[in-house]
Amino acid sequence: MSRSPGRKQENDKISRELFVLTYGALVAQLCKDYEKDEDVNTCLDRMGYGIGIRLIDDFLARSGVKKCRSYSETADMIAQVAFKMYLGVTPSVICSSAAGNEFSLILDKNPLVDFVEELPAERASLCYCNLLCGVIRGALEMVHLAAEVTFLQDRLKGDAVTEIGITFLRKPEDRKHKR
Amino acid sequence: MADEALFLLLHSEMVAGLYRAAEQGDGENGRCTTKLESMGFRVGQGLIERFTKDTARFKDELDIMKFICKDFWTTVFKKQIDNLRTNHQGIYVLQDNKFRLLTQMSAGKQYLEHAPKYLAFTCGLIRGGLSNLGIKSIVTAEVSSMPACKFQVMIQKM
Repeated sequence: MSRSPGRKQENDKISRELFVLTYGALVAQLCKDYEKDEDVNTCLDRMGYGIGIRLIDDFLARSGVKKCRSYSETADMIAQVAFKMYLGVTPSVICSSAAGNEFSLILDKNPLVDFVEELPAERASLCYCNLLCGVIRGALEMVHLAAEVTFLQDRLKGDAVTEIGITFLRKPEDRKHKR
Repeated sequence: MADEALFLLLHSEMVAGLYRAAEQGDGENGRCTTKLESMGFRVGQGLIERFTKDTARFKDELDIMKFICKDFWTTVFKKQIDNLRTNHQGIYVLQDNKFRLLTQMSAGKQYLEHAPKYLAFTCGLIRGGLSNLGIKSIVTAEVSSMPACKFQVMIQKM
């Protein structure tokens, strides 16, 4: 079946909208199930973790990238390759610590909130995109990099940009992993 | 496309997460299916609006069902429905021989009892899509051997 290129791009856009809409329905359902915002955030993070540990295989297979040699290379890889591949945006990376293990991804366009105008008043501390934190954390863990990932700024809560903070934790020196 | 992997994983996590919460809570499994179906309904409504923005008006019910089987299914699941049957009195059966959400699970009868959980969302998706095209329906699904499954659409006359 031959399709014009314009139609194909539209279909890709709709594919991505399927994911965004599904995510929105999921958050809405979780808000109905749990009263506290922290519970919803935890649930989203846990789901994101489950997705991340599997997504990393798909990412490595599709991108074929080599092993990253430093934390900053890893952060760049996440921003420039992974985000571009799955969400179609490229956040900018800032290193926010002298030790070189804390990074921030600044997103000025977040496709997950395309259809969200604002958070309802009673859900002020909801991290709508908390799934992303879990995904990054899970994916990094599968390549043996422990990290803490949180939202530092969120446009939905009134900040100027959306900022995700990644803190790489040092691997414990005193335990030897024998495989 | 990479988005497909994201959606498949999100869907599996949703199903797993909802059922895990139900087990820890009051153990009502029936409500999970309803929740998944209503989520699919919302998504289907939104998606069909975006999708049919520029398409021509549909001639009749059968035309709408064909649209669901060809264009809608191709965009969402990257393939068409393999077989559409109808009794011309409001019942349609859509058969997909290699349903995207089940291919990773098994190829035969293994895990058959878990298959319905993974079909609830899609049933809602179809029902939501039809609802915003002006058709009220009831959608059910059955699986006899993975990854083939059948969706049965019963049109409700208003």
